[in-house]
Amino acid sequence: MRKTFTSGNIAIAEGAITAGLKFYAGYPITPSSEIMEYLAEKLPKLGGVVIQMEDEIASINAAIGASWTGAKSMTATSGPGFSLMAEAVGLAVITETPLVIVDVMRAGPSTGVPTKASQSDVLQARWLAHGDYVIPCYAPWSVQEAYDLTIKAFNTAELLRTPVVVLSDAIIAHLWEPLTIYDHGEVNIIDRKIPRTGERAPPYKPDPDLVPPMPIFGKGFKALVESLVHDERGYYAPRDESYRALVTRLHMKILKRLDYIFEYETYYCDEECEYMLVSYGSTARVAYIAMLELRRRGYRVCMSRLKTLWPLDREKLVKSCRARKIIVLENNMGKIYMDMERIFKEQEVYSAPLLSLELPPVREVLEVISVWL
Amino acid sequence: MAVEHSKILHPLDRHLRTERLPTMYCPGCGIGIALGAIFRALDRRIREGLVDPNKVVWVGGIGCSARASLYVNYDAAHVLHGRAIAFATGVVLANPELQVIVIGGDGDIAGIGGNHLIHAAKRNIDMIVVMITNFVYAMTGGQVAPTTPLGVKTTTTPSGNPEPPLNVIKLIASLNANYIARASVVTPHYIENFFYKALGMKGFRFIEIISTCPEIYGRHIGLRDPVEMYNELKKRVKYKPKPSLEESDINWDKGIIIGEFIERNTPSYLELLRKVYVR
Repeated sequence: MRKTFTSGNIAIAEGAITAGLKFYAGYPITPSSEIMEYLAEKLPKLGGVVIQMEDEIASINAAIGASWTGAKSMTATSGPGFSLMAEAVGLAVITETPLVIVDVMRAGPSTGVPTKASQSDVLQARWLAHGDYVIPCYAPWSVQEAYDLTIKAFNTAELLRTPVVVLSDAIIAHLWEPLTIYDHGEVNIIDRKIPRTGERAPPYKPDPDLVPPMPIFGKGFKALVESLVHDERGYYAPRDESYRALVTRLHMKILKRLDYIFEYETYYCDEECEYMLVSYGSTARVAYIAMLELRRRGYRVCMSRLKTLWPLDREKLVKSCRARKIIVLENNMGKIYMDMERIFKEQEVYSAPLLSLELPPVREVLEVISVWL
Repeated sequence: MAVEHSKILHPLDRHLRTERLPTMYCPGCGIGIALGAIFRALDRRIREGLVDPNKVVWVGGIGCSARASLYVNYDAAHVLHGRAIAFATGVVLANPELQVIVIGGDGDIAGIGGNHLIHAAKRNIDMIVVMITNFVYAMTGGQVAPTTPLGVKTTTTPSGNPEPPLNVIKLIASLNANYIARASVVTPHYIENFFYKALGMKGFRFIEIISTCPEIYGRHIGLRDPVEMYNELKKRVKYKPKPSLEESDINWDKGIIIGEFIERNTPSYLELLRKVYVR
C-alpha cells in the first residue's frame, strides 16, 4: 500500500494496473487523454502494451481482440469517441468479451465543450449500442473512488464476461486528491474462467452462474468469436429458441449478480427524514455539501449516492428511503431522474437538472432545491 | 462437439469445421477455390513445423469472404463489418506468438475498413490480410463496391458507376507493407505460393485474390454462367514476375496482372516495438 496525491484520470490508470491491465488501445480526446499518456509510460514496463489507434472504432475493436488472447483490456474516451464505439460495445456484449470502457464525460451534444464536465452520457452508457442488452456502469465521485471502481469494473468484466463502463467526467478527471494504491494481494482481483481442457470447448456454454468459461486464443481451443446470434458452439442460430436463450442469458447473468454489481452509499438515511437527495459522480460532491448545509439550517434531509448507475437495485433503493420527497440532482436534463420516478412510487420525486460546466456553488444548488422545501 | 477425424474424406478437411458444410456460398463462387489454396499453403507450413495450428487465428469482418472465418477449424473471430484488421491488431499485439490471418472482401477490407487497412499497412503490423475482390457488395445483393469498374451498372448505380475504382495495391504500396501480391481464383497455384511465402515473412502482408461472383457480379456484367465467368476471367489474368505498380490497375479489357508487386524485409511493428520497449 502506498499513498500518493494525484488526479482522477491517473487514478483510473492506476486502478487498471492494479487490476492487471495488459492491453490498452485508445485515441486522444479531451478530457481523457492523460489516462493513455500515463499508461503509455507505465504499462510497457509491466509487460503490457499501449497503442494509439487511428480512431475510437479501431481502439475498442483492438481491445476486444486483445481480450480474446486472455489479456485484460481497456480503452478510455469521452462522449464523441464513446459514440463511435457504439457498434463494438454490442460486439463485446454478444461475444461476451471482458472489457473496461472509460467514458470521461464532457458537455455535448456533438463537440460540445471538450474541457468542461457534464453527466449527459448516463443513458449512453446504458443504451449505446443497438440490440437488447444490459451492461454494468460505475460512476466515481472522488479520486480514490475512480481507482476503486476501476478495479471493481475489471473484476465485474472478468467475473461476468461482459464489457463494463466507468463513467467519470472532466471534473473528476482533473481533480487532485490523496490516493491509496494497493499492492498485490491487498485487494481482491478476479480473473476470468478458462475451460479446463479440450479442443472445441463450446465458447458460449454457460456454467450454473450463466457465465461460460472463455476459450482464449492460442491454447488449442479452436474458439469461435461470433457476432451473429449463436448457439453454445458459436454457430449462427437464427431461430427463436436460440435467440431467446442467448439474449435472456446475456441479461440474466448480469441481473443475477446485482448483489455484487450494485453499490451505493447513504448519508443520514436511517433517520426520519422529510427529504432525500439522490446524486452521483461529481455532482454528488456539491449535493453532499448542500445536504449538510440544509441540515445545519434545520431541515430533515438525507442523501443517497449511486456508485453503480446500471443496473439499479430497485429493492435496495426503496428499502433505504424513508423520506417523503426525493430530489434528484444531476448535471444533465434529468436522466437518472426518470428511473428514480419509476422506482420510488410512494414518494414525490423531483428533478434538479444543474447543467453546469463547472461544479456549481452550493448556494446555487440550494437555490434550485429550495423550490421544493 | 468434437470433429471425428476418422471420418475425414479430404486431406484438407482438418482445416474446416466440416459439420458446418455445405457453406452458404453460391454455385460458381470463387471463395472455395481461394480457401482451398490457402489451406494447402498452411498445410505445407504446418508440416514443415513453421506454423503451429494452435497459434493461428483467423479474423473476418462481414461479407461473403469474411464469413470464411466461421468455417475454419482454428481459433477464429467473425466480427464487425470493416473492423477485422482493428480486432486482429489487438490480437497480435497482446500475444505476438499468434499468426493472424485476416480474410475479407474488398468492401469489408478497403471500403468500410479502409482506414484500418491504411494504418495497419503504415505500421507494418504483423498479419496477413487476404482481400478477395469480386467487384461488388454481394452478400447484400449487388451494390457498388470500392473496386467496381467505371460504368458498371449495380443495384445502387443503375445508370452505371460514376466512380473510378480504387486500386488497393497501389494504395498499400504507398505505405510500409512488407509484401503485396495479387493472384486469382483462376490461378490457385499462385494463391498457394504467395500465401506460403507470406507465412514465412514478418510485418504486414497483403494478398489480393481476384475472384468470380457469377451469381451477383456476373448478373451485372452479363456473365451469369459460372463456367463462362471463370473462363472470361482466365482469359484476362496474366502472371508477370516482378510487375510494376503501374501494371496493378485492373482493366477488364486490357487484362489483369497478377504477381508479387512488393517484397521488402523492413522491421515489422512487433520488432520495432520490442526495441523501444526494451530501452
